[in-house]
Amino acid sequence: MVEETRIPVADGVGRGLSKLMTPKLHNSKNGLITTASSIAAVLLALVISGIMLKLTGKDPIAAYRKMIETGFQSDKMLEALQRATPLMLSAVAVAIGFKMNLFNIGVEGQYLFAALIAAVVGAAVSLPAPLHVAFILVVAMAAGAFWAGIAAVLKVKRGVNEVIATIMLNYVALSVIQWLFDSFFRDSSKSDLNVKTKILPRSAWMPDLASGRLSSMFIVALVMVFAYWIVVFKSRFGFRLRASGLNSVAARTAGISSNRMIFTALIISGAVAGLVAMPSVLGDIHAYGQGVPDGLGFAGIAVALLGRNHPVGIIAAAMLYGFLDATAGVLQIQHVPSSIIDVIKAIIVLTVVIVNEAVTRWMNRRTAARTSMALQAATPVGALA
Amino acid sequence: MNTEGNQIAVALDGIGKRFPGVIANHDVSLTVRRGTIHAIVGENGAGKSTLMNTLYGMHQPDAGTITVNGNVQHFKSPSDAIAAGIGMVHQHFMLADNFTVLENIILGAEPTHLGVLSKGVARQRITEIATASGTHVDLDAPVSQLGVGQRQRVEILKVLYRGARILILDEPTAVLVPQEVDELFATLRHLVDDGATIIFISHKLDEVLAVSDEITVIRDGTTVVTVLPRDVDRAKLGELMVGAELPSPAGRESEVGAAVRLQLTALTVDAPGQRKILDDVSFTVHESEIVGIAGVEGNGQFELCEAILGLTPITSGTVEIGDHDVTQSSTRERKQAGVSYIPFDRHREGLMLTSQLWENTLLGREDDARFMRGPLINTAEAHRDCTEIIERFDVLTPSEVVPAFALSGGNQQKLLVGRELSNRPKILLAAHPTRGVDIGAQAAIWAELRKARDAGLAVLLISADLDELIGLSDRILVMYDGKITATLDPAEATPKMLGTFMTGGKQEVA
Repeated sequence: MVEETRIPVADGVGRGLSKLMTPKLHNSKNGLITTASSIAAVLLALVISGIMLKLTGKDPIAAYRKMIETGFQSDKMLEALQRATPLMLSAVAVAIGFKMNLFNIGVEGQYLFAALIAAVVGAAVSLPAPLHVAFILVVAMAAGAFWAGIAAVLKVKRGVNEVIATIMLNYVALSVIQWLFDSFFRDSSKSDLNVKTKILPRSAWMPDLASGRLSSMFIVALVMVFAYWIVVFKSRFGFRLRASGLNSVAARTAGISSNRMIFTALIISGAVAGLVAMPSVLGDIHAYGQGVPDGLGFAGIAVALLGRNHPVGIIAAAMLYGFLDATAGVLQIQHVPSSIIDVIKAIIVLTVVIVNEAVTRWMNRRTAARTSMALQAATPVGALA
Repeated sequence: MNTEGNQIAVALDGIGKRFPGVIANHDVSLTVRRGTIHAIVGENGAGKSTLMNTLYGMHQPDAGTITVNGNVQHFKSPSDAIAAGIGMVHQHFMLADNFTVLENIILGAEPTHLGVLSKGVARQRITEIATASGTHVDLDAPVSQLGVGQRQRVEILKVLYRGARILILDEPTAVLVPQEVDELFATLRHLVDDGATIIFISHKLDEVLAVSDEITVIRDGTTVVTVLPRDVDRAKLGELMVGAELPSPAGRESEVGAAVRLQLTALTVDAPGQRKILDDVSFTVHESEIVGIAGVEGNGQFELCEAILGLTPITSGTVEIGDHDVTQSSTRERKQAGVSYIPFDRHREGLMLTSQLWENTLLGREDDARFMRGPLINTAEAHRDCTEIIERFDVLTPSEVVPAFALSGGNQQKLLVGRELSNRPKILLAAHPTRGVDIGAQAAIWAELRKARDAGLAVLLISADLDELIGLSDRILVMYDGKITATLDPAEATPKMLGTFMTGGKQEVA
């Protein structure tokens, strides 16, 4: 009975009022505070990283200046967007899970598996150009969904924690891919060292937005982020998903089947994950093989955290990561190890998580206090016992 | 200190404790003599646990003084209380399963020699304590292999090992079977003979009468009276515990209808390896009828609601809502068939605390076509609906977009009641609909329930407030140990009668 309310609130006995103050502003203002605190956290991370650079005898100011100088050149900007593309997809995949308290750590395995299947199936059919690309994207999503579906079935049917299942399935995916690739899908007609699956026909090549610099997958990624916003934040399905994440017991009590939500959320998450490697498969290598990047699944977790699972936040965070990756190279010219970029990225995630948590608590207290004040101000004197 | 003062182990004087929005304790005065078993009885929510947490230093009282062994104390934390010789045996055991008994007992107070654990020293001391208190348990057995009664003994040893001479036992018998209860009581007697003092919290009146030297009754957050067990019987004690005042009889204009809204037939829920949680429960609720369920908490009321809602698998029996057999249906299908639920715990089962009010009132109703625009949520309509609920149920809030946590408990409850009644249900399961709300809100919720009842709603009312049960119900069923043990007419029922049945007394004449 101690747990009445954890936050000081109005204890009102006064009478009916329902509209006062300007509550509509409350939301946009909170959004503004969140944005400001995230930017502050990024700046704080840069300061901390700067101190680290200084301690190792490098000049942080010069390094940062060089990063900004080169980073805002148009080819570097395009490279940043290109690098942001898979991160957006990966982060959306992770965020769908996060929104209902499911941690899909298996995006990594899901996208690699999907990349192989999509490349193999894509090379085996012939279709007119736009259809061919669309077909491969659908196959990739189905393959990603399938791989995530294994974890979903384990969770729903056997109660296996999805964190364990998805992490382990990453390793399983790597082995399965290796086996499938070596036994069946390796293109043995080529004898060079750069082994890959059969090259996709031209009709399956994703056109570039900027030749050789930015793939049209960037547009696909933006569309997926937009779809994420609509589905998760605006639709009935999304309402149920978020309700399950916010209070699973209340959601279940309200008639929302938790098993069905878990299953659907993981499947959708896996489907989006399936697209992560498509910029490489469709736009660059035109096959599956060396050059399909790894680690994007884990990077997506950081980007989703950084963007607070919010669509705009995810785009911004992916761009920031893309920018940092694109400028990593120039640091070496400054005799600064480019791995400092990884350090900066990690520190950014930490500072953003810490700052956001602190700010959220502060805002919650403030909201509670303001609500209480608003009620007292609107209650006739003496009505509050 | 005079000698009489030295006979007093614990004296609480004028203790008051407030939590935001609730007064948990006020004007609590209690004197516990050394070497006695002192029982504290009261209903759930009467303020027993708050008081004991105050005595154990879990929080500081807002008013009053605590005197232990003649010295006024200001406990800042449980470690201060432990230093003063007070120990607490919690209702929920706090043991590390994969450690042995010995390891659990010394955990947090490990004797070391040059930084090395000296289990030998510990073993010797524990054996001494165990012998002195007549508590026997294998020190090398892993806790995971122990039964509930033995685990409790480990908890008691743990407290004694830390030097406690005043033991607080919070509902110690709640988890025990009768034989274990007897063993526990023997241990307690042994401890008291050895000079320890026991504060025993319970609402099981027979046990309290059997074991204690003195009994203090707490009601509505304050101590009502202290009695000797020989001066009272169970009925008298029950009356003291629930309060004897009867509510003014609530008139009703409508008649109980003929149509059956909820029909349970031989509903049984088994828990693996334990006794039945629900045992052959059958009853009917009609249109325009309020059926009250009286019972001490934990006798199957929660599982009854879960079973009706389809949230817990049932072993046998059927549930019918209206004329649909929903025994095999999902929760959502049952809700669509017309069942609504005011939950036991609004934070756990009812609300998304960080979400705005309009999202909370939408929860569980998002299937309703009026809240949909294609596959998307019609936010404007959901906002409008929430505003309506806020106005109709007099929810004190600046607007519908504040997060639910910003509201006081009473206003959260009114919002929930509003949400559940807005579904236009056929049958409403109302669990403690007015728990923790202020008097004004209570009257408002009662009025809404009556109004809905007059308009045809069937209500299954579960409450610990016997006045509420008697005042609102058309029929009262008593639940004890998962069974319906009595059916009473509220016109004839008194809190005293209910108290008897609720604590296991049998119905002699219907």
